[in-house]
Amino acid sequence: MSVPEKTSYRYIGAKRRAKEHPRFVSGRGRFVADIALPGMKHVALVASPHASARIVSIDTRAALASPGVLHVLTGEEFCANTDSLAIGVDAPKVTRFALARGVVRYAGEWVAAVVADSRALAEDAAELVEVEYEPLPHVIDPEKALAPGAPLVHPAHGSNVLYHRKFVWGPVEEAFANAEHKIAFRAVWGRSATVPIETFGVAAQWDAGTGILDIWASIQMPKFPDQTARALRLPGNAVRVHYDVDVGGSYGVKRGIKHTVLVGYLAKKLGVAVRLIEDRLENLRGGDMQGPDRFFDVQLAFDADGAIRAMKMRAVDDVGAYAGRSPFQLGKPVTAICGPYAIGAIEYEPTSVMTNKTPQEAVRGFGQSPTNFAIERAIDRAARHLGMDSIELRKKNFIRKDQFPYTIPSGSTYDSGDYHAVLDETLAAIGYASLVRARDEARRSGRLAGIGISTCLEPSGGNSAFEVLMNPKNENTTWMDSCLVRVDLSGSITGVIGNSSAGQGHESLVSTVVGEILERDPETIRVVRADSLTALPSNSPVGSRMAIMLGGAAAGAAKRIKETLIAIAAHNFECSPEDLEYRDGGVSLKGASEKKLAWDQLVEIAHRKFHKLPPGIEPGLQAKFVWEVPTGGALPTPEGRIQIYPCYAFEAHIVLVEIDPDTGKPSIRKYVCGHDCGVMINPDIVHGMTYGGIAHGIGAALYEKFAYTEDGQLASGTFMDYLIPSAMEVPGLTIVDHCTPSPLTTFGQKGSGEAGYLGAPAAIANAVNDALDPLGASIDILPMSHLAIWKAIGTRKGAA
Amino acid sequence: MSETLYAISVEVNGKPRSTQVPARLSLVDWLREDLCLTGTHIGCEHGICGACSVMLDGDPVRSCLMYAVQANGHRVTTVEGLAKPDGSLSVLQDSFCETHGLQCGYCTPGMLIASQALLDSNPNPTEGQIRDAIGGNLCRCTGYQQIVEAVQLAAERTTAK
Repeated sequence: MSVPEKTSYRYIGAKRRAKEHPRFVSGRGRFVADIALPGMKHVALVASPHASARIVSIDTRAALASPGVLHVLTGEEFCANTDSLAIGVDAPKVTRFALARGVVRYAGEWVAAVVADSRALAEDAAELVEVEYEPLPHVIDPEKALAPGAPLVHPAHGSNVLYHRKFVWGPVEEAFANAEHKIAFRAVWGRSATVPIETFGVAAQWDAGTGILDIWASIQMPKFPDQTARALRLPGNAVRVHYDVDVGGSYGVKRGIKHTVLVGYLAKKLGVAVRLIEDRLENLRGGDMQGPDRFFDVQLAFDADGAIRAMKMRAVDDVGAYAGRSPFQLGKPVTAICGPYAIGAIEYEPTSVMTNKTPQEAVRGFGQSPTNFAIERAIDRAARHLGMDSIELRKKNFIRKDQFPYTIPSGSTYDSGDYHAVLDETLAAIGYASLVRARDEARRSGRLAGIGISTCLEPSGGNSAFEVLMNPKNENTTWMDSCLVRVDLSGSITGVIGNSSAGQGHESLVSTVVGEILERDPETIRVVRADSLTALPSNSPVGSRMAIMLGGAAAGAAKRIKETLIAIAAHNFECSPEDLEYRDGGVSLKGASEKKLAWDQLVEIAHRKFHKLPPGIEPGLQAKFVWEVPTGGALPTPEGRIQIYPCYAFEAHIVLVEIDPDTGKPSIRKYVCGHDCGVMINPDIVHGMTYGGIAHGIGAALYEKFAYTEDGQLASGTFMDYLIPSAMEVPGLTIVDHCTPSPLTTFGQKGSGEAGYLGAPAAIANAVNDALDPLGASIDILPMSHLAIWKAIGTRKGAA
Repeated sequence: MSETLYAISVEVNGKPRSTQVPARLSLVDWLREDLCLTGTHIGCEHGICGACSVMLDGDPVRSCLMYAVQANGHRVTTVEGLAKPDGSLSVLQDSFCETHGLQCGYCTPGMLIASQALLDSNPNPTEGQIRDAIGGNLCRCTGYQQIVEAVQLAAERTTAK
């Protein structure tokens, strides 16, 4: 019997406290640094002071003689006994290990690892490791790295280019030739990241009796156990990753695969439990979690009425010294390359280039936020070029709600949306006319003030089809997720998931969804985490995918339980399932509700009374569901058209910024975000992630940068230099909800894990530029630091 | 070789604790490693992020910037000491749950300490005073909005009693 979908919900969309909260507010979270294993040893790292150098010699004798030291590991030993970490793009010579061997390629690269009885003793000994270097030429600037004759970061690769392709989707040249107007400009996204307050940590323990390496890590990474096992030359079933570790924030970056292979190797070699918890400098400089570092050369072709005909975008991304998944961050934006606009022809030319900087890793949005910034600066620049209101220009080019499903030139189909309505509701919520008056009033009284708008998409449902798009050898067309739902003999329900969480509320998600389907109180539903050897397949909570994928899988498993219960009742009542009604966990005969089997009775039959079970039904009561990503499974066309993500949430940001003309200090006066992610399963959780995403966006736009000196030294290795917005920089925020359900998902939900971050930097950049516009100044480089703004003001004042 | 140890007596969450520690042991490492009070978290170890905040004689301090020996003779309150005597959540802890004032939970103990210290001295804070009080505590999940709401709710609940 098929279970009809409901259109109104009992638990979904209602206010509900997160299941995870009580343990965190009482100090009972279980983060990786809280895990103490018997006899555990600690790791400290020796890092390269040079951006590029040959390692002449490493003398470990003094360190080994230091108190409490077990071992000093160098790259020679480590690289001989492990394999390179996975390289996403087709660049087999760009190998990557946790410890350098022979040469170092960035300042901060790990050269040796000291294992001792305590972290303090390990740090004491690390200072005694003597490394002799012979500096080599280095390159820090991505354009210089692309130039002929540049020092090669990996000489064996033969070039600093990891990936380059020019995609042409539609008649781009023709559109440019016929358009009435064109603009061209460069937009620069500075290297920043979402920098969780918890650094990365991992603990490992080898059991020689079972031959299993147990791992606890603050991890958010697809295929993490598999990659760890492969690099350690172990079979997959010899690595057991425990997912019941609370992760202290991730937002994409907790990919400590190199740390894990290192600690796993040490634990196995030494036969003791080993732990590595990054300190903040190790995290910022050598933790492989810096984000996109990208410039865009954008050209837009449009007519006098504002209709956009075509866009050309060249994107050069500096991934640093090694390649992990980072080059793929140029690939995901293909799935929303024209933003919310009906642009018929697009040229996209991504280049991934290596320099002697810390390797880049995945950051919230996986390259989409920088791309949205470039698109939205182009929209504002086009409006200014035409003397047209940018709201009018956006609305003129928005895909209309009657055009969905809408296929964009790069081959992805947007599922649903109503962009005009969301923008209108956002304008109404902020009181746009009075906002303009407030800006103009500020300007009249001598201050600089500007309004910024951005309208953009959040692709969600995290498929990984950019992998095969950017590397045909990487024929990956599924990114399934799963859930197991169990009902025990007492009638209690347990959901079993196969991933760790970093604040996204997955226990709340699964209990709500299962409660909704089975009509049982989510408060009574427990959610636990399997380990990687007992878990059903998961691809981890990346790409705004879990509301869709884990929520869909949990619903799928719960529906199977419900079908089983109905089948049991039908068998015992000797009727057809269609004659029965399921309510609150019990099943009764339609029109004769006294003929009923209650939840406890059905559970009892399933667990104990085989003689009352219908043929073909397994005893016990549990169901699994493994879900392929909706719209997944396809390979790209020869022109590189592909459906990468299934669902597309939309957000409209409007912000008023004032700038102190004497100091260049910007202050955000008002901020409203209109947001449509379909049906919200837990509105507080969605709003929370959106607020946090906006705060990340404020940081990326105004404050945060991994700055490097010309020598290749990281100049922002502390929180005194890498500036994270506090409650004083992030203003009160207002969110306006709109709901356009997705036709592709169980409840109409879309993803929202990257919400806010995808449009905030663009909106703030547009606001700062609106504020600078009366001076004739503009900035297209993020972050727009006080200094950069002050210089832009000063240049113009001086010119005037 | 062994490090010189120094005797300290500290009242931690109402209980007297006497032990011997090396001079270089930080207060946060003592709390976490020796007393197994792992609710206090380490974020930056240079005094910026506030994740390690504890109360020292009622005032919020960075336990990463203090040595354990400096706490000798003082009262320390950690997140584990905020609950009601019967072990149930305090008004502030419950308010954080109610407004979704946390996500990953990592900065939360520090936020609770900073906000509780505020409410202890100012039961009716303005939004500006709340932002000022938590201004030395960094959070990457929430954008601070629902944390501010939590402190406002806790203030309302406490003063309404």
